[in-house]
Order: sequence, then C-alpha cells, then structure tokens
Amino acid sequence: MATPAALTGNLPPRSASRVLYDRLRGGDEIAYLLTLACTVATLLIVVFLIGELWFRSQAAIKAFGLSFLFSSTWNPNGDQFGALPFIYGTCITSFLALLIAVPFGVASAIFLSEMAPPLLSNIFTFLIELLAAVPSVIYGLLGVFILVPIIRLNLVPLLKHTLGFLPLFKGSTFGFSFLSAGLVLSVMIMPFIVSVSREVLLAVPVEQREAALALGATKWETTWQIVLPNAKTGILGSIFLALARALGETMAVTMVIGNTPVISASLLSPGYSIAAVIANEFAEANGALYVSSLIFLGLVLFGLTIVINAIARIFIVMTSRRFG
Amino acid sequence: MTDRAHIATHRKIINVLMLSLSGLCTLLVLSVLFFILGYLLVHGVKSLNWNFFTKLPKPSGETGGGMANAIVGSGKILLLATCIGVPIGALTGVFLAEYSGKQFAFLIRYTADLLNGVPSIVIGIFAYSVVVIPMKHFSAWAGGLALGIMMIPISVRTTEEFLLAVPNSMREGAMALGATKARTIFTVVIPAAAAGLLSGLMLNLARVAGETAPLLFTALGNMFWSHGWHEPTASLPVMIYNYAISPADDLHQQAWAAGFVLLSLVLFINVTARLVIQRGAGASRR
Repeated sequence: MATPAALTGNLPPRSASRVLYDRLRGGDEIAYLLTLACTVATLLIVVFLIGELWFRSQAAIKAFGLSFLFSSTWNPNGDQFGALPFIYGTCITSFLALLIAVPFGVASAIFLSEMAPPLLSNIFTFLIELLAAVPSVIYGLLGVFILVPIIRLNLVPLLKHTLGFLPLFKGSTFGFSFLSAGLVLSVMIMPFIVSVSREVLLAVPVEQREAALALGATKWETTWQIVLPNAKTGILGSIFLALARALGETMAVTMVIGNTPVISASLLSPGYSIAAVIANEFAEANGALYVSSLIFLGLVLFGLTIVINAIARIFIVMTSRRFG
Repeated sequence: MTDRAHIATHRKIINVLMLSLSGLCTLLVLSVLFFILGYLLVHGVKSLNWNFFTKLPKPSGETGGGMANAIVGSGKILLLATCIGVPIGALTGVFLAEYSGKQFAFLIRYTADLLNGVPSIVIGIFAYSVVVIPMKHFSAWAGGLALGIMMIPISVRTTEEFLLAVPNSMREGAMALGATKARTIFTVVIPAAAAGLLSGLMLNLARVAGETAPLLFTALGNMFWSHGWHEPTASLPVMIYNYAISPADDLHQQAWAAGFVLLSLVLFINVTARLVIQRGAGASRR
C-alpha cells in the first residue's frame, strides 16, 4: 500500500486537516462518530430528564422537604401542598388493579402456554397483546361512558346489599371512584401480565412437564406443582412490570377517578392519583411553588416507577438466566 | 381400593375444573377486547360523518363541526416526533448492534429501558420545562419533542434487534469484497433488515399516536387551525379527552367518532407491522 515516496522517506509531513480528511473519507469514522453521538444523546436525554425534574422541583423540596410526602393538604390558594392523597390514590388503584388482573392474567397465561394448541395460543396472544395497543384515552372514554354508569347503577347497589358492612364499600357514590380507576387499570395491565407470564411459562423446559406427567401427575398437578414454581420469579417480574405501568398510567385514571384529593378507606369514594393531578392542574398552575410542587410529584412518580421497573427486570433476568 | 379410586376421581375433577377455569379466564380477557372494538365500532360509526374530517370544531353550544384541525395537528406532531426520535433512536441501535463494546451496550440498553418505563406524563413535564418555559408558549414543537423522546427507546431496541438478526456471513461477505465497515452497514446490513426496521417504526408510531398525557401541557390544544409550528396545536387524543369530560352530548358523540378513528388507525398500523414482523421471523427460521 505504501507509496514510493513514503518508502524513500521524502514525503512532506501531512497537515492535520489532511489526516482528518483521509480518515473521514472512507465514511467509517463519520458513521462511527455519528452513531456514537446519537448514543450519547440518548444517555444525555435521560440525564437531562432527571436533572430537569430535580432542578425544577427544588422550590417545593426546599419549602416542604420530606413532609411533602406525608401531608394531606392540597391548597393552591394558600400555597400549601402535600402529596399524600395522590400517593394514596395511586397506590390503592394500582393495588386494586393487580388484585383483579393477576388471577385472570396468570390463569390466561397458563391456558395459553399449557393447554391451548400452539396456533390457537399464538392467535389469542396476538389478540390479547392488541389490548396493550389501545390508547389509554380510549380506555378512559369507555370508562366514563360505560363503566362508571354500570358501577353507579348496578355494581354499587349489589356491593352495598352484600358487602355493605365493610368500610371498603361505605358512603354514596357517583361512580367516579377508586373502584372505577382500579377496574379500568386492571384491563389495561392485563396484556402485560399475560404476555410476559406466557413467555416465562413457555421457557420452562418441556422435560420437566414430561417427567411429572410420566410419574402420573395430572395436567393441572404438573402445571401447579412443577411448571408454576419454576416460573415463579418470572411471573412475579411480569406483575411488577404491570404495576409500574399502572402507577404511571394517566389518562384513563384521570377520567374515571373523580379528581378529589381525599383519603378514604371506601373504594366507592372519589379520589386522585399523582399522574391525574399533574394532568389536570399543570397547564393551569400559576405560581412558582404550585408548578414546582407538581413537578416534585412528577419526580416522586418517576422514582416510584423506576424502582418497580428495576425490580421487575431483576426478576425477569433471573428466570431467563435460569433457563437461558 | 375404593379409596384410591376416590382420590383418582377427585384429582381428575380438580384437573378438569382448574383447566377449564383457566380457559374461561382467557375467553373473558379476549371478550374485553371484542367488547371494546365492538362498542367503538357501533358508537363511532354512528357519529362519524364527512364534517368530522373537513370542519373545524364549533364553539360550545352549537352542534355540528368536526376535527379537521386535530387530524392535521396530530399529523404535524407525529411528524416532528418521528424526525426527532427516530434518527437518534435508530442510530443508537446501529451503534449498539455494530460498534459497541459489551459493557457500554449494557449501559445504553439499560438507559433505553429506563426511558421506556418513564410515565408519559413525566416526559410531558420534561418537554414543558425545556421547550414551553423558554419559548413562553405551548407549541407543536413541545408536543413533538415529548413524543419524540418517547419514540427513542423502542426505536433503539427494534433497530438493534433487527440488525443483530442479520446473519454475520453477510457482513463478512461485504467486507471480503473490500467494503468499509460503514459501507457494509449502510448498504448491506440495513437493507437486509429493512422490512423489520420499517415495521418497528410503524409499531412505534402506533404507540405514540394515541398518547394524550404528554400533549396536555406541551401542544395543549386549539379550537382553530394552528399556523406553523409555534402555536398551540390540536391533536386527536387530547380532543377526545376534552370532549369526553365536557358536559355536552354533541361533543360526546364527536369523542366517540374521534375514538373510533384513532383506534382504527392505531390497530391497523399495529396489526400490519406485527404481521410483517412475524412473517419475517418465520421466513428466517426456515
């Protein structure tokens, strides 16, 4: 490759710009630098995101400190802000959603991985995953016009008649409540539980099932005593993944939860969630402390979902390592 | 003997019972999907008319009117989002698949997953604080940035995945013919993965097309046409939200129509993209 001039050593020293030009000409360096720049940009966006949330919530952090998380006054006129009703609402609705979605979701995953013929299982999974593609505002729309009236007119009288003595079902209701939010959320997170749990169950080696069946176990005993224990951590991972989704879910919850910052043991009472209060009040918030408090709430929500997501990831990685 | 037979029947009954229960759960979950589709179809088509696509919203109290501005506005915001999010995400994916070392790739993948898990409303706050506050008004730019950021993680993961699925022999072949690494990537590897990359992009678009929360205080909304990119811009999802919580019955009808249009669009893109991906996966396995 070397030129005769280089061999004789008489080549004039190349200028720095010339060297750079030669290196870039092949396109290799350009492509490398360009893709590297985008990669760094991805990293920086996340760093900026966290930095910006932190920076913009400083005013609220300085004014209230940690007591922000435990105070239940939310009074924009008096510049008094506390996050407890929202944290409570977010947690109670998410928990309710899990309570409903986990049994149905895991049972469906069991059916799809253990019983359904592969073709049917694939079609059903494809359809169930479509539920995850439905925009959240559509769930909200259906929630407002179908679920809320049903809860008000049918479900609540029934609950009151049978379980009315429980504090969970005390008080009157307009239908916009923790219960409606939990129900809508449960449908929204179902596809995540079904889809991930099914993957995890399918990853359990077939030999384990065959061994159990050969020993005389029924199909259900094999599933319950052999397959499920093996897939336990992965299924737990899918549940945490769904929980993270539920915590951060905004529109559907905002539309059906009733948007009232109260802490009530009754599921029929209207409430509020972190995401819902940000969605409702952010655009109209006036006053630096008000905006800052809302952003602080965003930071809390961010932290909460990051932790839950990380736990989910650890569980899922643990199972894939086990069979991978 | 009878005792053992008894236990056996007991086990069999439990077996059948539990298995049919699990089947029942699946049917129940599926029926929710069909209920949603059916209900929106019935209600949406009923309230859908030509005005919906061509007219501006009417002032409150008057009936009629449409969402032409929201349809165009959604298109504008999605265009911006694609121009912001997809190049960054896709090139990051190229870097991960073709250049990166293992540990750095792990870090980036983790970051992308983290970004994917951030609630969309928090992304909205970010776009608000970096675009709306300095520019002092709501704009299509802010909405586009919010959705663009949301597109990055999926773009990264799909690009990486589809590039890694391209067999190494193709890279080696190109390089053996004297192509530089960049040339190999951009003229051999990426075209080979094109179908997958394109469906990844479509899935990504379908996901953010229905996003409402990050637009609420970035693009805000507008009852009129927005000129250029610096004005508050209407979008279909935000329109659905505003109309659904309004008291007017006529607006509810329009919300149903908009919901139907949005859902059909999102599901159509989603299904097409996933079918292309599945067919591709089937073909490469053979």
